[in-house]
Amino acid sequence: MTAALLIEYIIKSVLILLVMTAGFAYVTYYERKALARMQTRIGPNRAGPWGLFQPVADGIKLIFKEEFIPAKADKLLFLLAPVITVIPALIITAVVPWGPTIEVLGRQINLYLANVNVAILYLGAVASIAVYGIVLAGWSSNNKYAMMGGLRSTAQMISYELALGLSFVSVTLLAGSMSLVDIVNAQGTNGILGWIVWNLSQPLGFVLFMIAGLAETNRAPFDLPEAEHELTAGYHTEYSGMKFAMFYMAEYIKIIAISMIAATLFLGGYLGPFINQLPWLGPIYLFIKTLIVIFVFIWIRATWPRFRYDRLMAFGWKVLLPLGFLNVFIAAVVTVLRGG
Amino acid sequence: MFIVELARGLWVILRSMFEKPVTYQYPEVKRPVHARFKGRHNLHRYENGLEKCIGCALCAAACPSDAIFVESAENTDEVRYSPGERYASTYEINMLRCIFCGYCEDACPTEAIVLGDNYELSFYDRRSAIYTKEMLIMPVPEAGKPTPQKVEPGKFTRSIPVMENPKD
Repeated sequence: MTAALLIEYIIKSVLILLVMTAGFAYVTYYERKALARMQTRIGPNRAGPWGLFQPVADGIKLIFKEEFIPAKADKLLFLLAPVITVIPALIITAVVPWGPTIEVLGRQINLYLANVNVAILYLGAVASIAVYGIVLAGWSSNNKYAMMGGLRSTAQMISYELALGLSFVSVTLLAGSMSLVDIVNAQGTNGILGWIVWNLSQPLGFVLFMIAGLAETNRAPFDLPEAEHELTAGYHTEYSGMKFAMFYMAEYIKIIAISMIAATLFLGGYLGPFINQLPWLGPIYLFIKTLIVIFVFIWIRATWPRFRYDRLMAFGWKVLLPLGFLNVFIAAVVTVLRGG
Repeated sequence: MFIVELARGLWVILRSMFEKPVTYQYPEVKRPVHARFKGRHNLHRYENGLEKCIGCALCAAACPSDAIFVESAENTDEVRYSPGERYASTYEINMLRCIFCGYCEDACPTEAIVLGDNYELSFYDRRSAIYTKEMLIMPVPEAGKPTPQKVEPGKFTRSIPVMENPKD
């Protein structure tokens, strides 16, 4: 590993972290604005032009809020739980490619941090680490309701992670590789036609991925943790101030991550018109696609009511899981027919 | 099919994105209040600038939350605040206690105290919740002079000048 390569990696990592943390702030702004428009309101417009400094104001408010640790709580785990939740959310997009190779200062630079050949496994693994944070938050609070809430969140996460995993499997079958770079390239092999064929064979996969992604990020209509008064997710009971905000930070960063992954797996990733001539367009295409997927998330939140807990579990196990198996079967048949 | 219903719901919400927002930009644009809205009290004046309040303290007596404090003093023709014998030398309303019931308004024999349309009653400390007479009294009308006035003797002998019946 040369020094130049090391610097390249550091720059890319810092870029990802910056984009994710700044993106988290502005996804909250985007959501508040979009929700407001859907409810025929204006939304935040006081702080700065068009309310653009609203996330900054929110952040300042959260930092100055009183923080409270319960007397008999497990202090170390109580402080560690938000961190355990945020870090996987931050590193999950390390394997997502944002563009083809470009040339900067006579150096070939790949627009992705890591081309891991088991990227899909990495996604599944890292996504499920976050649940430790939530269950530890519930357990270390030393409050039986918080603990039950934490366990309930875990049950929700596990039941939807299966569906998520199955939608990954079908994509892997079609692309013949677990690397996200290969998956994006597989969608671009036959131009726009290749992308259409890819998605015609995967509409069910995309829907399953979106539903499981919604549940995985605790978004409406699966936002049971946000039913603060009835259920609570474990961290709602005893957390306050910035520590509480970190759970939301993780949630919003995961929304960006899930949207990026959805765009990569099903919407062609960074591919788009003229990508071969102008490789710099790659990140822009990915950004636009991610914004569209996030918009769908917000749109669904504005529309559908919350699931009841037993129906949520039943839906995960009795509907999504069989459909996921069906989708894997479809993908396998398509792969065989294509002569894969 | 419930999937059709879900899709219809999505369509309705998407459509509403393109409607005009109903938000009032509050500090700049204020929504007009209704005719009988009960906001902050105003102490009214007559056309000639004399105060309507005669310091009878019936409002204080009628007040269910004991928010009003009135102290009265004698009028003379040299130093005249209101027609008749007496005027309110001190008039205070504790806005933390006031429940805006309007009983003071009903009790007032001269229609001096009327609940107005001002609802912007925020303050940073409890002391500034007490509104004094200077804060409550209406500005002097154009035709009138500020109080206290010096008037010719024998002009204002009645506490209540001839009044019209209330209209609304």
